[in-house]
Amino acid sequence: MWRRSALAVLYAGVALAAEPKYKLGRAATAEDIAAVDISVLADGRGLPAGSGTAAQGKDLYFRRCSKCHGAEGQGREEGGPLVGGKGTLTTAKPLKTVGSFWPQATTLFDYIRRAMPFDRPGTFSNEQVYQATAQVLFLNGLIGENDVMDAKTLPKVAMPNRDGFVKDPRPKVK
Amino acid sequence: MRKDRRKFLGAAALGGALAGCASKEGAVEVTEEPSLLGKPVGAYGERSPFENVKRHLNDTKTPQAASSRTPLHQLHGIITPSALHFERHHSGVPHLDPAQHRLLIHGLVERPLVLTVAELKRLPSVSRVHFVECSGNTGSEWSPKGAPDVQRGFGLASCSEWTGVPLSLLLAEAGLKKEAKWMLAEGADPCKMSRSVPVEKAMNDAMIAYAQNGEAIRPEQGYPLRLILPGWEGNINVKWLRRLHVADEPFYTKDETSKYTELQSDGKARIFTFEMDAKSVITSPSGEQKIGGPGFHEISGLAWSGRGRIEKVEVSIDGGKTWKPAQLQEPRYSKAFTRFRFPWEFTGVETIIVSRAVDETGYVQPSRQELIAARGTNSQYHNNATKPWRVAADGSVTNVEA
Ligand code: HEC
Repeated sequence: MWRRSALAVLYAGVALAAEPKYKLGRAATAEDIAAVDISVLADGRGLPAGSGTAAQGKDLYFRRCSKCHGAEGQGREEGGPLVGGKGTLTTAKPLKTVGSFWPQATTLFDYIRRAMPFDRPGTFSNEQVYQATAQVLFLNGLIGENDVMDAKTLPKVAMPNRDGFVKDPRPKVK
Repeated sequence: MRKDRRKFLGAAALGGALAGCASKEGAVEVTEEPSLLGKPVGAYGERSPFENVKRHLNDTKTPQAASSRTPLHQLHGIITPSALHFERHHSGVPHLDPAQHRLLIHGLVERPLVLTVAELKRLPSVSRVHFVECSGNTGSEWSPKGAPDVQRGFGLASCSEWTGVPLSLLLAEAGLKKEAKWMLAEGADPCKMSRSVPVEKAMNDAMIAYAQNGEAIRPEQGYPLRLILPGWEGNINVKWLRRLHVADEPFYTKDETSKYTELQSDGKARIFTFEMDAKSVITSPSGEQKIGGPGFHEISGLAWSGRGRIEKVEVSIDGGKTWKPAQLQEPRYSKAFTRFRFPWEFTGVETIIVSRAVDETGYVQPSRQELIAARGTNSQYHNNATKPWRVAADGSVTNVEA
């Protein structure tokens, strides 16, 4: 199995890294990968088909998110705020939220699909994830209520703090 | 009592060697029934019922997205017992059957690969002692108040012997493509916690661990597989590892953007801050303890650095005016706890004790003031400042409010 796939790669003329030495495990098939691959990159690679708007996500958010994050995303004891904090990052009480702090909108889709709702993670369809994502962006005033979020539009959402991150300067600067 | 005494005398007459303790009068008194046998051999050991050292849990509405802290002040040497290793979960501890668990390596590799846990364990392995420290550890000390004791202030750090397969070996099996720069490491926990790891670190000293302190990794530490990135912040040591997705860019997951980034006073946040800088803390005596009056006391504590070995630890018993080198317990491992000890005569006059670590790169652990001068107070993570404890005249030890 292993041999065969290695040979196939060789015949295809693709650059081959050194031959595997131990040959344990098996070649992953496209199905193996599709079954668990939920990665999303900042440029939108990996975002699935489907779409959603805040208008479609309003009810979903109310039923499945607001008990922990508040009806307006203001946060509650069970879950932090998702909205607000603009202009606070240089103050003594910075409020870091999707709107004030997150550099990429793709992260929001990725995170909701992986982890939310907290009490039933991973149970939403991709459509529902797009809808909930759109609603959180809308609550932050970053998109309109009827703007369609999909694999093309989501990476283009202008996040206010997109340029707010710098490389690690340590150990030079403490 | 009288019966015990008689038994003891009888046994002593027969030359039986018995455990005893000195009574008030100085005579040795027996504390056990010598004629009764102890517990039989057992399949899996337990600590003495007299011992009740525990992890500290925070009050929270979401205990599955919470942390528990190691009682550093009640431990000895450098190894944290697995049952007392700190925890930080984002969606609770999954129940994973190692026979079903798989590790997938895919993306920018020549040969995408699926491995079972049993297959992984057949590969050449290494054992290494490394600390794991949450970058949120000591976050309490950004505020002038600070935590009252070492467990709450420093207990998100633990040290274990990890055994596993070098990640470089697995990546050589899969064959990295030349555009490969980062990889997503993803757990099999309910929230599929994930972080982006640079390829250089993966090829350097990273390992896929399956054992901790000689036995299978504990469920709350990532059973059956955990990514260990020596010296790097705890969160990126992804537990319950199920997938490595090799790519040309980082993935900007929630836990490397919203969380585990450090906001500076200019409003910019540092991102991908992986190394845990050199740090030390006196664990004994430490906050909320009380030492038994003037006379000899051994000061003891822990030092560690994510950039290599601990080269030197200095202790001050006068609030930082003068410093003297502490003894370092050998062997000293790279990116591991190092135990330091310092003999001390407590005069009974109130004072402040503090330790300071230097690692093999020459980096000196900063004071809280130096750290704040460089970063402000909104940084939240990566606080490695020195920690002064006040010892009052009566021997009670408290946190020094800055
Ligand atoms: C049962 C309570 C609960 C529910 C319901 C819930 N969340 Fe959460 N949410 C949390 C908790 C707890 C966290 C932090 C998890 C962690 O520690 O990683 C969180 C984190 C988040 C974050 C990251 C916030 C940040 O700035 O880092 C987002 C975004 C989010 N939730 C969105 C949602 C959405 C959208 C829904 C509904 C589909 C939802 N949540 C439902 C509890 C909840």
